[in-house]
Amino acid sequence: MTSQLSKYVKSFTLWELLKGMSLTGRYFVSKGITIQYPEEKTPQSHRFRGLHALRRYPNGEERCIACKLCEAVCPALAITIDSEQREDGTRRTTRYDIDLFKCIFCGFCEEACPVDSIVETRVFEYHFENRGEQIMTKDKLLAIGDKYETQIAADRAADSAFR
Amino acid sequence: MLDALLLLITTTLKIVAIILPLLISVAYLTLAERKVIGSMQVRVGPNRVGWKGLGQPFADLFKLLTKEVIVPTNSSRFLFLVAPVLSLAPAFAAWAVVPFTDGLVLADINAGLLYVLAMTSIGVYGVIIAGWASNSKYAFLGAMRSAAQIVAYEIAMGFALIGVLMVAGSLNLGEIVRAQEGGFFSWFLIPLFPLAVVYFISGVAETNRAPFDVAEGESEIVAGFHVDYSGMAFAVFFLAEYANMIMISVLAVVMFLGGWLSPIGFIPDGIHWFFIKTAVMLFFFLWFRATFPRYRYDQIMRLGWKVFIPVTIVWIAVVGFAIYFDIGPWFDIRSGVTG
Repeated sequence: MTSQLSKYVKSFTLWELLKGMSLTGRYFVSKGITIQYPEEKTPQSHRFRGLHALRRYPNGEERCIACKLCEAVCPALAITIDSEQREDGTRRTTRYDIDLFKCIFCGFCEEACPVDSIVETRVFEYHFENRGEQIMTKDKLLAIGDKYETQIAADRAADSAFR
Repeated sequence: MLDALLLLITTTLKIVAIILPLLISVAYLTLAERKVIGSMQVRVGPNRVGWKGLGQPFADLFKLLTKEVIVPTNSSRFLFLVAPVLSLAPAFAAWAVVPFTDGLVLADINAGLLYVLAMTSIGVYGVIIAGWASNSKYAFLGAMRSAAQIVAYEIAMGFALIGVLMVAGSLNLGEIVRAQEGGFFSWFLIPLFPLAVVYFISGVAETNRAPFDVAEGESEIVAGFHVDYSGMAFAVFFLAEYANMIMISVLAVVMFLGGWLSPIGFIPDGIHWFFIKTAVMLFFFLWFRATFPRYRYDQIMRLGWKVFIPVTIVWIAVVGFAIYFDIGPWFDIRSGVTG
């Protein structure tokens, strides 16, 4: 009886509707959480795994020794490496391709590398305009490494305590 | 002859003076809707066109203007093109009798309330003809739903307004507002509160707005009666819907919230009160849309026929009783007239 009555009272006072409106009303006056993307950006971890890069030693020599550990560990089979013996007797790559359509950005190549050559940078804003551009060749990777070397080095230094 | 011409010109100018601001309000109401709903859903809403997104309505307008108006092969061509006009024209025509302030009204006719009811009811023909002329299942279903819904809620709305004219003792909208003179507690909102609630909810149903938007329920019947419309023809339907929303809000303000009168006695009255109250009522429309899920169709019919109509009839009886026996601070109209 009383439950029936309270049901009627509730429905005639629009109780539940007002409750719903108070919820949306609260959100209306609350502060927004939207980040206006191109102008504002969310903070990034120094472990961020974005576009790949090949690093060099400070004297300009490329680090990669074509050990192919990254190629072996890559779960998506995105890395292709050809190697040769250079005139000075060191082992170097002649071809180092990463197919970004295959890559899943797991970071295993970075983990596997014994000389910290292949790394993943914080760059995540890039695009391709033509077919075939998704293959990151050795030249492109080295160029990215040269461009972001200070940032890459700083990130490795920040993470070194945990390795 | 010259007098007639002069009258024609001044009337046309007056009409333009009402319609033009109305069109601009409709444009910015669409922006306000997207902003308010966005804010309630923890989003931002459009903010890229112009300063803080204020150019958005015009970007939308120009987009719609440059689109092709497609007329389906199997449609009834003439009716298909006439339907948007039929839904827009009454939405504008009803504005003729709206009193903005004391005396500022295009046509100060004595049957204003009846005129408004007639005009808002004609709007349903646009919807029905659009649904029929499109020659499409979804459009036809949407039109049928809309027609049944508008007929059902028209009655509850009419009854709610009967209460108003009983207390005000006039069908003239200006007279109705003047009968509410004397601050917030003289407004008809207080003595006729159930009728005001019924009126406003019926108004939401009448304009096919959420949560009563089954006529265009996109999850069931794509977009209802205007599936086959594109470009400017669609824009005209859109315009009519929003103009009707503003109309319902304005009527609620005139009938229940004291039009241009200020809520507190000593603060001067003025047209700004009229606009502020209308804006508040419009905000409720947007608030409803952001809050409530769509009603099931049988629930809409139940609410209209089995809840609103009995409620309004009961309250009309209460009001009649109170007026007959001169009860209370609100219903002693007869003694006021005779004494």
